[in-house]
Amino acid sequence: MTHNAVIVGGNRIPFTKAGGRYADASNHDLLTAALDGLVARFGLSGQRLGEVAGGAVLKHPRDFNLTREAVLSSALSPDTPACDLQQACGTSLETTVYIANKIALGQIESGIACGVDSASDAPITVSDGLKKALLKASRARSVGERAKAFAAIRPRHLAPLAPGVAEPRTGLSMGEHQALTTEAWGVTREEQDEIAAASHHNLAAAWDDGFFDDLVTPYLGVARDTILRPDTSVEKLARLKPAFGGPEGTMTAGNSTALSDGAASVFLASESYARENKLPMLARVVDAEVAAVDHPGGADLLLGPVAAAGRLLERQGLTLDDFALIEIHEAFASTVAATLKAWNDEDFCRARGLSGPIGTFDHSKLNVAGSSLAAGHPFAATGARIVPTLAKLLHAKGPGSRGLISMCAAGGQGIVAIVEAV
Amino acid sequence: MSAIEKIFTSAPGRAVASKAGLKDPPQLRRGRTWPQGAIVLADLNGSTVGRETLVLLGRSFDSPIIDSEDGDAPGYGAKIGAIVVDATTLTTIADLEKMRAVLRPAVRALEGSGRVVILARPAAGDWEQRSVTRALDGINRTVAKELRKGATSTLLYVDHDATPSDLLSTMGFALQGRSAFVDGQTWQVSAADTNVNQLHDTPLDGRTIVVTGAARGIGAAIARSLAQAGAHILAIDIPPAGEALAEVANEIGGTALQLDITADDAGTKIADHIAFRGLKLYGIVHNAGITRDKMLVNTDKARWDSVLDVNLAAQMRINEVLLARRGDGGIEDGGRIIGVASTSGLAGNKGQTNYAASKAGVAGLVQAMAPDLADRAITVNAVAPGFIETEMTGKIPFVQREIFRRSNSLSQGGQPIDVAETIGYFLDPASQGVNGQVVRVCGQNLVGA
Ligand SMILES: NC(=O)c1ccc[n+]([C@@H]2O[C@H](COP(=O)([O-])OP(=O)(O)OC[C@H]3O[C@@H](n4cnc5c(N)ncnc54)[C@H](O)[C@@H]3O)[C@@H](O)[C@H]2O)c1
Repeated sequence: MTHNAVIVGGNRIPFTKAGGRYADASNHDLLTAALDGLVARFGLSGQRLGEVAGGAVLKHPRDFNLTREAVLSSALSPDTPACDLQQACGTSLETTVYIANKIALGQIESGIACGVDSASDAPITVSDGLKKALLKASRARSVGERAKAFAAIRPRHLAPLAPGVAEPRTGLSMGEHQALTTEAWGVTREEQDEIAAASHHNLAAAWDDGFFDDLVTPYLGVARDTILRPDTSVEKLARLKPAFGGPEGTMTAGNSTALSDGAASVFLASESYARENKLPMLARVVDAEVAAVDHPGGADLLLGPVAAAGRLLERQGLTLDDFALIEIHEAFASTVAATLKAWNDEDFCRARGLSGPIGTFDHSKLNVAGSSLAAGHPFAATGARIVPTLAKLLHAKGPGSRGLISMCAAGGQGIVAIVEAV
Repeated sequence: MSAIEKIFTSAPGRAVASKAGLKDPPQLRRGRTWPQGAIVLADLNGSTVGRETLVLLGRSFDSPIIDSEDGDAPGYGAKIGAIVVDATTLTTIADLEKMRAVLRPAVRALEGSGRVVILARPAAGDWEQRSVTRALDGINRTVAKELRKGATSTLLYVDHDATPSDLLSTMGFALQGRSAFVDGQTWQVSAADTNVNQLHDTPLDGRTIVVTGAARGIGAAIARSLAQAGAHILAIDIPPAGEALAEVANEIGGTALQLDITADDAGTKIADHIAFRGLKLYGIVHNAGITRDKMLVNTDKARWDSVLDVNLAAQMRINEVLLARRGDGGIEDGGRIIGVASTSGLAGNKGQTNYAASKAGVAGLVQAMAPDLADRAITVNAVAPGFIETEMTGKIPFVQREIFRRSNSLSQGGQPIDVAETIGYFLDPASQGVNGQVVRVCGQNLVGA
């Protein structure tokens, strides 16, 4: 009853800095564009797929049915159902797992996993005071009553509320949390800047090679990721001022992800569907695991995925040596550095319930086509950026080549997945 | 819109312009539509191929009115839709008078967007006969210039062995609205064992066709038009044009391939894609093209190379791969290769040495390839557009643009669909007898061959 869920391909739009070229586009627009590029690439116009699962982290109330609405705006058949799913920065790896699982169970034969975020189109909400007054006014039965309700509005009620970026339970921003981890794990500035520089250089090389020609479709005249700085260097990055961790902090705007706009999608299918429809099969989704840590209790907020990776490898009976390529989402360069240290830390791993350290691996296998520091990180879109990229890289290496994806997510969570080239 | 353009297109501006002799250009009949009035057939000297072809097309036809040798020309009494002059047995200079005698009343009576179609034999025989063949070309070109209200004239050289089946698609094209912007042109139809007995509205049903440069302009119109004729389109354009390309592909249920045709492996990428998706490649339309205009004295190597590579060398490399990969994503036997030349190439155009070289080169390429591929029943033809209304030509300054678009027999620019229709005609399986031809879609532009 289980079927192989294969990654057919993917499509994303170039990612941009928030407030940049997509400033006037909504999540709906960005997601529709990502879907339409995918539809065109695989000739799916007018076709009904099993399901589309997508999500956004920063979401307007009007977008309560974001993914379904984007499907309706896209060239897919309107008979294609969709659902919204959200797990912070892990969203579109989670949607990938969701679609892959449904395919594996035989519930659907094909589907799209996707995600989108626009820090430019962040939902601005009204204050509680204003909300109460407005509700009261709408319930009022007379003009007088309504006037009285409005009279209760105070100037302070009118200030718009930006969406929270801080962890609700600690009040600390993600960067501030990561700064604690950076400090605790002794991650140096040099380590971080090297990771950042490599990310830019790897992404730039992939673009120059035409690697993204069948993974990205331009949008609103943007043909390449705009955060990418091909000519950056460790020396240039070293000149930046600290952004997190106080005046002595080592985390800068250069080694932290920028607020970004973008959308990405993955086309998944059962092996038989792919064969029947003569679709490419880049890699199959092998397995996935989610984990969480007690960050209000003091655990490292962004090291949630360590336990997930350990448990997943143990379940599959694999070690890091079994992987041709590894993708660790670069929320911050220091997240990657701390994750690598944590993987090799016996005490930390045992405390996470693992039987020992996960281990080390040759870093030339890490994020070889660049990652979020260079590409940008529209939260919910990043998983669906990584999955097709990795699948294509693995496919080029030959059948059986394995890849591991590790992504941290807000709330002390993490999601890890294994894909294997077919 | 520039200030002068605004004035010109405003109501008072139009009134002044029309007094100055700049009339609103005629609205052309387009699409798979036949002339409204009667089709008149003049089969001179008992020729039969024209008659039989009209019968095959299911068109009824009337007898011609012949001008008397002196006195007033007799009239038709009503507008006629077209006159088909079958001159395939005309061999002497004295015979040419028969052309005058049937055309004089007919040209007078021809409706707007009506058609003159002259059938003749390719040059052969003695000196006089060959001279007569060429004389017909002179008649065709001149009649085309004298016709008004969007009526056009076409001369078809019909091979001796060509059957009405072979001629069917060409005659249909010439009479229908699809040839709206093809005027004063001459091309040849050869014998090809075409086994058809009617025109189809969707002749490309189930066939896969590659269109390069399909993101916008003429290429997008080609993709749409061929899809409407039933084809599955693999739409290609450079990666930066991907957004518009995806839109076109999705609109027509096709597939988008972001690819620079000048890449070394472009042909392989196309064939791999076709083979992998389990498709058979019927044809390719090499529409992608660029201009890098400068007077020759200012043309450097970079401008020269890029234009020649995109417009000519790239399609030659791609053709080689697609022809070699027979049965494996390459062009199937019986397939079609279409080039897009330009009147600038055929006639020469100031400031476009590089472009003219590349586009005349396209014409040369199809003429060279055609006979060599005949044994595989693959036809190779080209269109040579004149002034076509696109984003590209929309950037020409208004006054210059107005001059360009009016300097042809139809007093207007062509539409991208006009180029697409001619390409669709070449691609029609029924057009098997049309090979190695370069047909201008230019409204009989005043410049050019
Ligand atoms: N517009 C006219 O009046 C006119 C007249 C004569 C001939 N033509 C020819 O018709 C064709 C289409 O013209 P148009 O007016 O639509 O031009 P256009 O510039 O609007 O479109 C050309 C398309 O080709 C694509 N292209 C360019 N280089 C490419 C490459 N290396 N690989 C893949 N795609 C590439 C472009 O991105 C563009 O989408 C051209 O070959 C042109 O030379 C046009």
